[in-house]
Amino acid sequence: MPSIRKCSVPVKVPVIHEDPLKQTPATVQSGSCAGGLPSVSRRVVPKSGIVAQGAILTSSRWMATVGVLALTAMAVSVICLHFGAQPIAYGEILRVLVDAVSRKEIDGGTSDVATTILLHVRLPRMLLGFLVGCSLATVGVALQALLRNPLADPYVLGVSSGAALGAAVGVLLGAGTTFLAEAALPAYGFAGGLLALVVVYRMAASYEQLPIHSLLLTGVILNAIFSALIMFITSILEPNRSYGMMAWLMGTLTAPTYGGLAGLAVYLSIGLFLLFSQMRVLNILALGEDSARTLGIDTEKAKRFIFVLTALVTGAVVSVSGMIGFIGMVVPHAVRLVTGADHRLLLPASALAGGTFLMGADTIARTLISPAEIPVGIITALSGGPFFVYLLLWRKDRLA
Amino acid sequence: MSELSDGRSKQESLAGSAGVIESHPAYDVQAVRFRYQSKGSDAIRWILEDVSFCVQAGKVLGVVGPNGSGKTSLLKVLARLLRPVQGRIDLFGQELVAMAQQEVACIIGVVPQDSQQLFPFTVAETVLMGRFPHRSRGRWTSGFGWESREDVAIAEEAMMTVDIIHLAHRAVTDLSGGERQRVMIARALAQTPRVLLLDEPTAFLDLQHQVEICSVLVRLKEESRLTVVLVSHDLNLVSQYCDRILLLDRGRVVRLGRPEDVIEPEVLESVYRCRVLVDRHPGTGLPRVTLPGRSLSGGM
Repeated sequence: MPSIRKCSVPVKVPVIHEDPLKQTPATVQSGSCAGGLPSVSRRVVPKSGIVAQGAILTSSRWMATVGVLALTAMAVSVICLHFGAQPIAYGEILRVLVDAVSRKEIDGGTSDVATTILLHVRLPRMLLGFLVGCSLATVGVALQALLRNPLADPYVLGVSSGAALGAAVGVLLGAGTTFLAEAALPAYGFAGGLLALVVVYRMAASYEQLPIHSLLLTGVILNAIFSALIMFITSILEPNRSYGMMAWLMGTLTAPTYGGLAGLAVYLSIGLFLLFSQMRVLNILALGEDSARTLGIDTEKAKRFIFVLTALVTGAVVSVSGMIGFIGMVVPHAVRLVTGADHRLLLPASALAGGTFLMGADTIARTLISPAEIPVGIITALSGGPFFVYLLLWRKDRLA
Repeated sequence: MSELSDGRSKQESLAGSAGVIESHPAYDVQAVRFRYQSKGSDAIRWILEDVSFCVQAGKVLGVVGPNGSGKTSLLKVLARLLRPVQGRIDLFGQELVAMAQQEVACIIGVVPQDSQQLFPFTVAETVLMGRFPHRSRGRWTSGFGWESREDVAIAEEAMMTVDIIHLAHRAVTDLSGGERQRVMIARALAQTPRVLLLDEPTAFLDLQHQVEICSVLVRLKEESRLTVVLVSHDLNLVSQYCDRILLLDRGRVVRLGRPEDVIEPEVLESVYRCRVLVDRHPGTGLPRVTLPGRSLSGGM
């Protein structure tokens, strides 16, 4: 490295007017951008460039990381299908899955117990868990970059409680006694989440720009108000329905119908795709607002767009699975340690890891005291809460 | 003029023929007033009042003044981070506030005062983000995609210019203040700007790197007609490296001119309200400011 340092201190060399033809291969013909840095091209580029050093994200590292995570997700999903009140042998799982795929239909009318359990209970629930985990982790990453706060997650802004309140109002208005299989609930959730965001935005945008700290504080206050309203609604419901509401609020995954699952998948993938389209923008936003603007981003517009997407995704997720917390914070944190901060990798990697994490957590939730179940939100909170405290106590330096 | 009114075509024509004499100054600032917007009270003082000046392309302007004189606000107004309440700023003949954010980012590079980083981007990744304004445009595709080979080469050069290539793989969160400052300068250089705005660029740098950064600025100015506006508390540094100096006090321009016209003891004493000694730099003959010794400061 000393040789690089030496040649990278050109200013000490009094010879400024070198022959421009003697330029090294690293000469930059920056035709598209004004001026360029022609002066700099005199210097010798070290053999170990930043790509060779592994200092930047390359497509091969991207492929490798995403590939490994995808394979892990598949492996975990098979393990999750195995466990349950009654374990199903791995060979049996494979047979049923291959069978279902080859018949190209799920309702084959078989009376096979393993097939029924796998295809109608465990598989849809697992897929739901994966979708929810994916979405929460992705939203968490987006909000962390947007708020420049590694502790942000959908709950901090009050988006989740807003969505929950929306869904609770939906239930109160008689959107059915079951919380799932209700197409209207995600819409209520989105409306609630968006309401939360609009209020947050209005309150914080009393200045021309949106200061981050007032945004966080507004979120905290909104959370308190929404929680109170949700508790109020819970208290005036009939006892059996309020029990269901409580269980849902704690965060539970229930096996959905394939129709409902497909609808949710389409809805979420649109939202997630649009969020993924902002990966580089998130990189720049994570640098800070002024930096982002000097790098050419209309920050207000970009933030608004990403906030609305977060509300869409969170609304849908909360309305089907309640308040499953901490995934949006823990997973991105853990993933960032491995992948680095570049959102082009962090976002897809967190999505895969979040999905895998929730599949696993839900398997634990339904097997730990089987045949009874505990809400998966409790599992995620018990694993995420201590992590949160750890970050607060020992990693203060990294928090804003 | 019609060609010049289009930023991109102008840029291309410039890149094609280096050394073209521009018909417009880099900055033409006319009677700019600025204050922070706040509802309720009207009696907020102006942060900038009737500031007018001109920066020719390829020149270095140093902005100095006491704390709270509006230096950083002025820089932010020039960077289009703040909008002037009154007045007009032209950037190479185009009205600054009418330009698109991305268009501005292709022309102006900004080095902020100190930006504490929260996310462990590597140094190389951070510098590469300077290439973001030059990405291919597109509503839905701008979030995807990789930097081109050219982008990487430009980033590497920028990193070598400020001597941080050996830090390439380090996380920006683990750097010292001076190292981080050089990363920010490299990021701005990677934007291949025609104008560079720097806020206290040498505040955290040791002597070697102070000299180095300043020499780099001077060299870029000479070789690629880079226009530089830098805010600094270091009067000596400004005196040595700037073509012109703008002295601000409470939002108003006190003096604007060559170092020898601005760095005068009477002017500085009235603005900074303390005694200073001004003599000549033994090497360059430019004014040099020294704080009074113990015996002299007693009277103040």
